[in-house]
Amino acid sequence: MSENNEPRRSAEPDPERIPKTQSPDAAPQDPLEDDADFVTTLDTAGGAMRPSAVPVSAQSGKLPGAEEPDSVLRKIFTGNGIVTILAVLLALILGGLLIAATDKVVAATSSYFFARPTDFLSAVWSAATSSYVALFQGSVFNPRGSGIGGQFAPLMETLTIATPLITAGLGVALAFRAGLFNIGAQGQIIMAGILAAWVGFALDLPVGLHLLLVLVAGVIGGAIWGGLVGVLKARTGAHEVIVTIMFNYIALYFLRYLLDTDLFQRPGETTPISPILDPSALYPQIFGSQYRLHLGFLLAIAATVFVSWLLNRSTIGFEFRAVGANPKAALTAGINVPRATILVMTLAGGLAGLAGVAQVAGTEKVLTDGVAATYGFDAITVALLGRSTPWGTFAAGVLFGAFRAGAVQMQIQTGTPIDIVLVVQSLIVLFIAAPPLVRAIFGLNPRKKKAATAGKSQKAATTGGAA
Amino acid sequence: MSTTATAPVPGGPQGKPEQAKERKQTVSAKPVTWKLPVTLAALATVAFIFFGLMGPQGTAKFGVSSGGDFFQLPAIEVPAFLSGIVLSVILLGLAGYALTQKAKRNQRPPRWLPVVFTVVFVVAFLIWVVGGARTPSISLAGLIAGSVTLAVPIVFGSLSGVLCERAGVVNIAIEGQLLGGAFTAAIVASMTDNPYLGLLAAAVAGALVSMVLAVFSIKYVVNQIIVGVVLNVLISGLTGFLFSTVMQANKEMFNSPGRLPIIEIPVLSSIPVLGPILFKQSVVGYLMYIAVVVVWIGLFKTKWGLRVRSVGEHPQAADTLGIKVNATRFWNVTLGGAVAGIGGSFFTLVAIDSFTKEISGGRGFIALAAMILGRWNPIGAFFAALLFGFADNLQSIVTIIGTPVPSQFMAMLPYLVTVFAVAGLVGRSRPPAASGIPYVKG
Repeated sequence: MSENNEPRRSAEPDPERIPKTQSPDAAPQDPLEDDADFVTTLDTAGGAMRPSAVPVSAQSGKLPGAEEPDSVLRKIFTGNGIVTILAVLLALILGGLLIAATDKVVAATSSYFFARPTDFLSAVWSAATSSYVALFQGSVFNPRGSGIGGQFAPLMETLTIATPLITAGLGVALAFRAGLFNIGAQGQIIMAGILAAWVGFALDLPVGLHLLLVLVAGVIGGAIWGGLVGVLKARTGAHEVIVTIMFNYIALYFLRYLLDTDLFQRPGETTPISPILDPSALYPQIFGSQYRLHLGFLLAIAATVFVSWLLNRSTIGFEFRAVGANPKAALTAGINVPRATILVMTLAGGLAGLAGVAQVAGTEKVLTDGVAATYGFDAITVALLGRSTPWGTFAAGVLFGAFRAGAVQMQIQTGTPIDIVLVVQSLIVLFIAAPPLVRAIFGLNPRKKKAATAGKSQKAATTGGAA
Repeated sequence: MSTTATAPVPGGPQGKPEQAKERKQTVSAKPVTWKLPVTLAALATVAFIFFGLMGPQGTAKFGVSSGGDFFQLPAIEVPAFLSGIVLSVILLGLAGYALTQKAKRNQRPPRWLPVVFTVVFVVAFLIWVVGGARTPSISLAGLIAGSVTLAVPIVFGSLSGVLCERAGVVNIAIEGQLLGGAFTAAIVASMTDNPYLGLLAAAVAGALVSMVLAVFSIKYVVNQIIVGVVLNVLISGLTGFLFSTVMQANKEMFNSPGRLPIIEIPVLSSIPVLGPILFKQSVVGYLMYIAVVVVWIGLFKTKWGLRVRSVGEHPQAADTLGIKVNATRFWNVTLGGAVAGIGGSFFTLVAIDSFTKEISGGRGFIALAAMILGRWNPIGAFFAALLFGFADNLQSIVTIIGTPVPSQFMAMLPYLVTVFAVAGLVGRSRPPAASGIPYVKG
């Protein structure tokens, strides 16, 4: 391993790079003025500066002052779009190979591989494709379903599962944009679930008001749990990754404790499960009672719109992004960084709280210690796949929702364990995080050019993975 | 991890010129804050109210010797209420001393004070828990031996974390390394009928997981925390998938690794309390002690260690002096993975003799916490891991003897302590300055 890993970057010393040690009284240059230079400042200054947590691709081109016409075509053909598609493809291929490698028919045909290689290859193909076909049928469209309603039932299931993924993913993404790693969506979902469920089954309120209170209680629960992390981070400098991981466990054990008490445990039940929420506390189902899809999905859409507005159109969102891009510069520019940290974690917690509400008031209708399932952790991969943009997160949430929903069907039909979804998901995120790797695998890496102009655009692309 | 050397006043407003001057002064003399004395005072008050005033009336009995010991020591019996009062008054005294030190001389309390405070607090807590139990008697020897056993994978994990972070790479993937090690140990030991080969394979597997972390974070400069988080998911999915497809299909062939034998050193192993901990362990247990010492000596007493630490603190300076920063990081991360892999083998070769999904059960994250609590020092991490093992063990014992404290809160304890620790309430923890920052030459 040579230390000269980024030849493109090290080849051209950049005079524009920020000084290694920032003297506090240096002229505060507006970091948001020039997009291209801004990307450069995200460099770590040779290891002296903390890199931004935000994918550069999510920041650049989105900042005002560098507003460019963002045509879909341009996005697709400027690299990141292609890399995303290729990363998904590559992960699916690797997942398919893994399925094939553990398939019995494949193992049987491999014993006479040299006699009849076609048998082996077709077995590999059918093992992988049959799993993926089952995955598709379980998540989008099932041709064997009864009527149009039955055929699209899997899609409804996908959207149901996508709901908590989207909202929790938005929470993670929002924090990412402010430079914070919110690993704590899991705990925030749990805390929201606890409060929302308690309001849901313990209080007796009129229709409408009850659901509203459930919603508010859940969001507040998540917001407090997230905001607490923000306070710790802002006041004491505790690293949010560690704090959120610990908070996840604290929330989980707190939930387990509560489910052991009379307050939360269903009367006459020995297993840790709460009473069912009152009907007045439940989300109405959007397309009737035959599907599980509930109002939470519409709220997820609304949340996406809200986060999109917040990040791109509001002052607070601008502050968040400035803090995420460079906290020191943000401070110099007069932004109250501790306040932004607390606020963004509170909002992130509130969004994750929305996922908790969707679970107890929509999908599950009760509180168990599995209320958050693994949504909180999946939310991280969702946000990463969505490159921390609101609508990207939305799309990623639907994709992973489809994986989850389809995996159940896949396991029933082909016996492929659900865990393959975890493998594919994590591979996708790994590949997306390292565009040069994906390009190298598909032979798309442009030859190293000397021209500085070409180097500049490439650099912007490669630092996209640096986040 | 965010309090770097350039920002000694975390969270406070920095960057304005007048404050920069202040900061320069505080760098030379560390700021003395109220945090520690106040926290100690709060804890002591809690101890006085709960362990003292509201303490149980019975006696708590602690067995010291076990049957086969070299010589027998009588069980210790203490009146719970009285000792609760006495110990909590000692705690109040310690906290008061810390407060006066701060108020009168503006000095931080002496370094032994937090340690003594912790020890007294734990003893008072233990007496309170046992004294209030239905059967107020536990075997101290068993408690401590069990704690060490439970701490083994945590110790290995935290050593992995220390090795990585000292070189400047954040290792969130400890959980994945442990899990990968556990899985590989099980499958290799089953196929070869040799648990020692399983142990070796576990180290290789851990190193491989680490290499992915190293390649992505060093070569492709992907954010280290992202890679770590994703790797955990990947390994969890991969081992879960292979467990369901391969291991479940043929348990005899793939999931019956057999156990590493417990090696008992004659005579020494029958010393009460200490004997079983130090001289009655599996190979993995002995390796743990060796690893702690070797890593400590390696990091702090050798040329190699100095280089590693310089890479973690100031890569640019290290580079200027001719140290290959990224190569050092790569091999350190790989070594860390191998260490964690050995720790993972503990699950399938020592604790139980088969692999199940998610067998590491979040201990990689506790190891991360132990590393921070131990302040990035192998020996500190070792004792922090012991503390977590102790809490873990106490939790199961408490459920058996039946106490007023819900077991869930016991389980919560390590995590709470860690939050307090990273928040700087239990003294300051400062990571290597360049930890988490990729180094790009130029």
